[in-house]
Amino acid sequence: MKTAAISLPLLLLLSGCGGVQSALDAHGQTAILLKSLIIFVVATCFVVWIIVMLVLIWSLMRRRDGQAADDRSLHRRITIAVSGAVAATALIISGLTIASFYTTRGLDPARDPDMTIRVRAQQWWWQFIYEDADPAQSFHTANEIHIPVGKAVRVRLESSDVIHSFWVPSLAGKQDLIPGRENVLTLRAERPGVYRGQCAEFCGLQHSHMALFVIAEDEESYRQWASAQRKEGLQPREPEIVAGKALFMARQCAACHTIRGTEASGTTGPDLTHIGSRHTIAAGLLENTRGSLAAWIADPQTLKPGNNMPIVPLSADELRQISAYMDSLK
Amino acid sequence: MSSTVSGPTFSGPIFSRKAFRLLAIAGLFVVALAVAATVGLLRQPRQYRVDPPVSAALEGLRLMPNGIAGSPPEVYFALGQPYEETAYDLNQGKRLYSWFGCASCHGDGEGGAGPSFLDGWWLYGPSMVSIAASIRDGRPHGMPAFRHKMTIDEIWQLAGYVKAIGAYSAKLTAPSRSDDRQTRPAENRAPAAILFDQGSAPVRRPKQGPSP
Amino acid sequence: MTTERRSSAATDVDLDDAELDRQLDRTWAGRTSFWGAIAAVDHKVIARRYIVTAFVFLILGGMLALAMRIQLAQPEARFINADRYNQIFTMHGSNMMFLFAVPVMEAMAVYLVPLMVGTRNIAFPRLNAFSYWVFLAGGILLWISFALDTAPDVGWFAYVPLSGPEYGSGKRADVWAQMITFTELSALAVAVEIVVTVLKQRAPGMSLDRIPLLVWSMLVMAFVVIMAMPAIMFESSTLIMDRLVGTQFYNPAEGGDVLLWQHLFWFFGHPEVYIIFLPAVGMVSTILPTFVQRPIFGYLPVVMALIATGVLAFGLWVHHMFVIGLPRLAESFFTASSMAIAIPAGVQIFCWLATLWAGRPIFKTPLLFVIGFIITFVIGGLTGVMVASVPFDAQVHDTYFVVAHFHYVLIGGAVFPLIAGIYYWFPKMTGRMMSERLGQWSFWLIFVGFNLTFFPMHILGLQGMPRRIYTYQPEMPWGGLNLFISLSAVILFSGFLVFFIDVARSWSAGRPAGQNPWNASTLEWAMNSPPPPYNFRRIPVVDARDPLWCGSDELPVASGLRTDRRELLISSVVEALPEARESSPRDSVWPFWAAIATSIMLIWSIFSPWAIVWGSIPIAITLIGWFWPKGIAEDES
Repeated sequence: MKTAAISLPLLLLLSGCGGVQSALDAHGQTAILLKSLIIFVVATCFVVWIIVMLVLIWSLMRRRDGQAADDRSLHRRITIAVSGAVAATALIISGLTIASFYTTRGLDPARDPDMTIRVRAQQWWWQFIYEDADPAQSFHTANEIHIPVGKAVRVRLESSDVIHSFWVPSLAGKQDLIPGRENVLTLRAERPGVYRGQCAEFCGLQHSHMALFVIAEDEESYRQWASAQRKEGLQPREPEIVAGKALFMARQCAACHTIRGTEASGTTGPDLTHIGSRHTIAAGLLENTRGSLAAWIADPQTLKPGNNMPIVPLSADELRQISAYMDSLK
Repeated sequence: MSSTVSGPTFSGPIFSRKAFRLLAIAGLFVVALAVAATVGLLRQPRQYRVDPPVSAALEGLRLMPNGIAGSPPEVYFALGQPYEETAYDLNQGKRLYSWFGCASCHGDGEGGAGPSFLDGWWLYGPSMVSIAASIRDGRPHGMPAFRHKMTIDEIWQLAGYVKAIGAYSAKLTAPSRSDDRQTRPAENRAPAAILFDQGSAPVRRPKQGPSP
Repeated sequence: MTTERRSSAATDVDLDDAELDRQLDRTWAGRTSFWGAIAAVDHKVIARRYIVTAFVFLILGGMLALAMRIQLAQPEARFINADRYNQIFTMHGSNMMFLFAVPVMEAMAVYLVPLMVGTRNIAFPRLNAFSYWVFLAGGILLWISFALDTAPDVGWFAYVPLSGPEYGSGKRADVWAQMITFTELSALAVAVEIVVTVLKQRAPGMSLDRIPLLVWSMLVMAFVVIMAMPAIMFESSTLIMDRLVGTQFYNPAEGGDVLLWQHLFWFFGHPEVYIIFLPAVGMVSTILPTFVQRPIFGYLPVVMALIATGVLAFGLWVHHMFVIGLPRLAESFFTASSMAIAIPAGVQIFCWLATLWAGRPIFKTPLLFVIGFIITFVIGGLTGVMVASVPFDAQVHDTYFVVAHFHYVLIGGAVFPLIAGIYYWFPKMTGRMMSERLGQWSFWLIFVGFNLTFFPMHILGLQGMPRRIYTYQPEMPWGGLNLFISLSAVILFSGFLVFFIDVARSWSAGRPAGQNPWNASTLEWAMNSPPPPYNFRRIPVVDARDPLWCGSDELPVASGLRTDRRELLISSVVEALPEARESSPRDSVWPFWAAIATSIMLIWSIFSPWAIVWGSIPIAITLIGWFWPKGIAEDES
């Protein structure tokens, strides 16, 4: 059981799909702090429970001698025992409260973060905006963010429709995204890895399929990734992909999706400028392959019923061409 | 004075009478549920996925030669006219209205560069087919075609919503107000009728467009 | 109804027992016809209906839970689609909280409180009948909407904006809001009755320090209901107004606030837990002494703990909102207050343990469930301490950890005592014993099944599984545990099945119980089983905390109440000194019609705001009928 619990996330990490999503598998500064609190509190409570159970068993099973002891002294002894137990409860509670206070302090958002990412949650996907002092340097992506290891990343949380909750358990605790408000969370990955997160506040029909991935990597890889993301979509050369691009612009796709550097500038759906570089599609629903792209485009309503992407009527060739184009947008 | 506190036994008759009553209540409840379930089966459920053949058939609008009115495809009736009758589709239509920028010309329904939906003045008639055709194929004097921007089921959803904006009687299935600034009563409160009654609403006549 | 006898001598002073029984029965018994049943106002009749109806809802809600477990048994299952699943978990929560837990606890109060305080009927018996019919209508509304595929799909908490006008399309959220109005209306009515019954109708001599602990807990619960429920009635009404007439309570763009909803909801929602839990601990404090044959240790601390719980209940609602981005000071305050609730809970647990230790346990089914309660409730309480901590909660909030936590509190902490209570009072209610053999079976199946089902959910939550998901992907490491949980749920269900079989069998063929089969100490055991319509032949006089354990076989009684009309003894609040004779209303069909009229208005108002105007006319008519003076003694009081 234990080996399975350890090896399974590793396997998933290696396979590139999935990723870690467990409060007990902590790799972020906050999550590590929270994990130690969780272990401390659970251990304390476990001891308390064991003691109460032992007393219960003793009370039920103790040998009762023939006659009741002197009722007065018995009553006094019990009174002392119960008062002691109540005092112990108060002590333990105070201890836990203080431990909680100190951990809360460690959760405060970093004062001067190294970078800022804005999150706009929508039914049922995540829009990420990498903010930069120079507006030309900021860029959009969806459902997947890369962060440099060891850097404090401020995440500004907003919602464009209902209440969602941003939760990447391996990195930090959750924080709600509330329409009309902005919340802030700090992520700081201590180790490189793929960390899965999921919406944790019920947000409607496809709440179950609203995952995100945080990819923590070393500074150099992150920089490469970010500069690649800032670039516009590649200009295709292969005829199949050229045809796919033409179709994408001519059909309904471009009305909802943006591909920077093309006339596709819809904002209802995720930015697809570099969709080919993402690990998953449809908010973590499918691993990103050409096949799954085609399956998704062909029938999004069967894979994720009720989401806002319609079934666009496409012939087999058209489907192949569009998915090839999507796949090429590295 | 003192005596034991007790009364006569009432086990037999009262007990069975109570049991009968409880059974009757439970029975009524089960019957009500069964009736409701039957009605529910007959009722139009929310359709999230439109089968490709159905959406292909939904393309088959037949318009009169002058582009005004016509008849919807058979399949629309076979589906049970969901785009006018189902709250879910009307609500989706409302979201499409904002996603596809209809407000940039039509405002919140009061019009602007494009005609108003609230003044009871439908340039091509108030039928679903006309509205769907206007969205799909565009109209002269500035209404673009959305054929290549929306799928046909989305066009029908949007048409249903547009029709609901101009409704003159309150409708159960129409959307309620949005979580936005309010400029007019919500669709389910018959904004057209209310604005009409008030008479003072700044309903702007379109400056362009053919006279019907 | 009885014929009036206008004789000044028609009191119970000089009558022998048989004649007194005959006269009281003629005055208090209801008619046996169909309309007689509709018109009944006897608290025992109403309470029995309440309990049976609530258990029907328990069975239906349990079916929903089973359906959810089938869906979650494997990843990406297609047994139930997302839309239906969202309806099902919303129905499960709303049904269990509003149609089962609160009503069944209040129903136990309606049945037991008048018997335990030694009076002949509950205060405001017609209101009591009205509350039952309203509750029934609310439950039927919810379940019929489910059958019609228009059940609410926004969670039992119905957070705006998801349930609001823009994102909650159709009438689903409106059905939820009006179901709330129905059930809260009935809950409030019962709470008022309980408060008045306990404070003004106690038997002579039952001063505040002699009230049975169950009655204390019901009194505190009733006060909590009165304080908490208006918040959610306000909320359900404003929601339906936002959705129907375009008010802006929850619209940030027009100055509303979506967090207002959460504050109002949890200001009700947290006390709601104690509304369910307080009666349950009252049952434990009543049952436990009987099965150790020793008065409870620490009556006063337990009463203080009940009151403290009721007060503290209103100071910790924000711990349901720890991840909405609160100021740190607020988080710290609510962490401390949420932790503090462990102290009154601890006081009670230690007092029960002390009682067990000092007495001689008799291992009958009710005691088994009480022991099961202590074991599981301590777990639920400790996980409650865990989620009271803001940083801990940041990881487990809205995960299966919380699902596990509150099922430990609500099933372990409230349903176990309730089943213990059913085993315990079933002989009083029906005159027949339940089967000890089936009882032991049901206990072990429920206890083992419950723990196997819900304990692994703690682990799932820590492993990152959120709540309210209709499915999860195969690559997530949750499949094995979920399958295990689903299989364990079958054990839990079979346990409940055995329990219901036992109830059904014993109701018609159980061993006759007699007056006091458990040798218990409280007043409800001082009469025949089931109790006669007038409860007590003569109103008892109480001179001890455990009146039936005072050594003598006979209770002192008071006399002087009339027998030719329904009369109660009113006593003072603190000392319970007799103050006055008060008549108690006779049977009436008007509460039924008033409930029907109210239901029509509330259901109509889902569709049109004008229902409030036109629907109030039939309500006014039925209320006029209800209160129309008929020139009889009962009216004059």
